[in-house]
Amino acid sequence: MSATDYAIDVTGVTKRFGAKTVVNAIDLQVRRGEIYGFLGPNGSGKTTFIRMLCGLLTPDAGSGTCLGYDLRAQQADIKRHVGYMTQRFSYYEDLSIRENLDFIARIYAVPDRAAAVQQSLERLGLQNRSHQLAGQLSGGWKQRLALAACLIHSPQLLLLDEPTAGVDPKARREFWDEIHRLAADGLTVLITTHYMDEAERCHRLAYLAYGNLLTRGTLDEVLTTAKLTTWTVTGPGLRALADLLRGRPGVEQVVAFGNTLHVSGRDVAQLDATIATVRSAQHDWRKIRAGLEDVFISLMDEAKDNFS
Amino acid sequence: MSTRRFTFHRFWAIVLKEFIQMKRDRVTFGMMVGIPLMQLIIFGFAINSDPKHLPAAIRAADQGPFARTLVAALKNSGYFTLVREAATEAEAQRLLQLGEVQFVINIPEDFSRQLLRGERPTVLIEADATDPAAVGPAVSATRALADTVFNHDLSGPLARLRAKEGPVDFRIHAHYNPENITQYNIVPGLMGVVLTMTMVVITALAITRERERGTMENLLATPVRPIEVMLGKILPYIAVGYIQVSLILLAARFIFHVPMVGNLALLYAVSFLFIAANLSVGITFSTLAQNQLQAVQMAFFFFLPSILLSGFMFPFRGMPEWAQTIGSCLPNTHFLRIARGILLKGNGLAEIAPELWPLLLFLAVAMTIGVKRYRQTLD
Ligand SMILES: Nc1ncnc2c1ncn2[C@@H]1O[C@H](COP(=O)(O)OP(=O)(O)OP(=O)(O)O)[C@@H](O)[C@H]1O
Ligand SMILES: [Mg+2]
Repeated sequence: MSATDYAIDVTGVTKRFGAKTVVNAIDLQVRRGEIYGFLGPNGSGKTTFIRMLCGLLTPDAGSGTCLGYDLRAQQADIKRHVGYMTQRFSYYEDLSIRENLDFIARIYAVPDRAAAVQQSLERLGLQNRSHQLAGQLSGGWKQRLALAACLIHSPQLLLLDEPTAGVDPKARREFWDEIHRLAADGLTVLITTHYMDEAERCHRLAYLAYGNLLTRGTLDEVLTTAKLTTWTVTGPGLRALADLLRGRPGVEQVVAFGNTLHVSGRDVAQLDATIATVRSAQHDWRKIRAGLEDVFISLMDEAKDNFS
Repeated sequence: MSTRRFTFHRFWAIVLKEFIQMKRDRVTFGMMVGIPLMQLIIFGFAINSDPKHLPAAIRAADQGPFARTLVAALKNSGYFTLVREAATEAEAQRLLQLGEVQFVINIPEDFSRQLLRGERPTVLIEADATDPAAVGPAVSATRALADTVFNHDLSGPLARLRAKEGPVDFRIHAHYNPENITQYNIVPGLMGVVLTMTMVVITALAITRERERGTMENLLATPVRPIEVMLGKILPYIAVGYIQVSLILLAARFIFHVPMVGNLALLYAVSFLFIAANLSVGITFSTLAQNQLQAVQMAFFFFLPSILLSGFMFPFRGMPEWAQTIGSCLPNTHFLRIARGILLKGNGLAEIAPELWPLLLFLAVAMTIGVKRYRQTLD
């Protein structure tokens, strides 16, 4: 695969605020047309990394290209071809939906502006609300407006920073359908999220903690490389059982999901041995494939030991 | 499509956006019209720059008929109300010091005799010039009086004593050297003050507001250039500035009857420079301020010397050296002279040229700092 097949191709990207290293030597390759999920706990540096990709922050170290343009030298070119949706709504609340779209379209000198604005209103189902002030929109509609605005100049790369935070499940699903449609048309999407179901809809994932990239790859790759074993238990007295298991050798996570308890650990032998000591006919024990959330929490715990 | 150079479409996008936002923000827009009106009322009506009936004390060493004529004439001028008689020099000084009188009029011992001998007796008017604006009109009225006060008394054979310079020599003793401020002077000056205040404050908020509301992050992620943002934000307010200039000129003409002898087109043209200079200052502040409150504070920091040291409040030449130096660096100082010069003296381009280049220089410097300070990234 040649370099130009990557929409994002960076190595060693680092950002420090004062003495604190917020993004630590991250390498990332994102293929064109791919939906790349970017996950990590709060404060792990996702937003900071994205800001460096679109030229809002200058990396302290590292280099690379974004859409083939140099990260440091060609920021202006990058800005022209990237659509960036900020984590916080950042369009003008005292402008109407249409005025906001029109403003952005003018800034990018979109050809046939009126048609482009109209088309983007229609595609996102905003045409009936086009004269409403952006500040009066509910969270879900603000998110639609933001997506419409960052698509209006037909970018080649979309950087979406937690676009679905606070959006209802149906709207979220529609949003993701739209993202998949766009990707099918060749758009590359880098998207941060805290939702596991969304992570599973990405072609590839990367997991960040404390500024370090802990794992990346397809969903399967991430799950396999984590080498995490998970048992589920159902039956009576799960609270007591959970307390009994916590802190025992091999047990790293004990999490309740409704009437089920998930018990996970990386060391299979130790985990199985511990479980054997508490196992009884009262409970139904099953070994399952570890879920993404279990994997991420395990990664984070590990990272906590290593980096903080 | 170029990204590196200034492009009109991006600049124009900012202009249109600012206009819409201005339209939506009713309160601010109301202020922009309300402030000039309020200041016109305060400075035009409330602050009387041609004060009359000022308290005066008289110390007459000569009580003869000529002296009485003089005192009566001063009274009739309307500027003086004789409230006291001072017997001694010391008493007169005390009255001035306490502020009980604004003036002490000293008529010398041999006033009548000197007058008759044609020796032009000296009448010393001591003035409390703390507020020079209060003293100026009375003093000029008195000077005008000197020529005619004895026309009736000095008739027939005494008519020869009506010397060319006037039979009496009025000496004014004041701490200041006041410029002659009249109401005509204040209204044109108000133009500079109003523009300084509103233009700087409003644009000082322009970029800090974007930063506070988070819209800056979005703007920075687009290819828009600093100069396009700056100019785009300035242009709509130039229009507002012209509305203010016109309001004040209309009021000056029809409410205060200020004579307008000069070329109004020239004044409008020069106003462009002045408005742009103030807007650039505002924009520069907004790139320095962390939040909107700071921006407003900076604007007032600039506004105060502009009103106090520009020659608007106090006669410029009466200020100490250091104050004049600061004043000379402020655009308002030069604009005041230009506005007064054009309106009252009918100055043309040649006469105002010495005040024009400081304005231009100021504009260039402020704009450069603003563009340099405008950060293209968030770090
Ligand atoms: N301008 C800044 N100055 C100093 N520290 C900063 C700055 N911006 C971010 N940080 C710090 O960098 C760290 C990473 O922040 P960042 O916003 O990138 O995290 P994030 O992964 O996006 O978190 P979240 O999921 O909450 O959005 C945080 O600890 C934050 O406090
Ligand atoms: Mg973030």
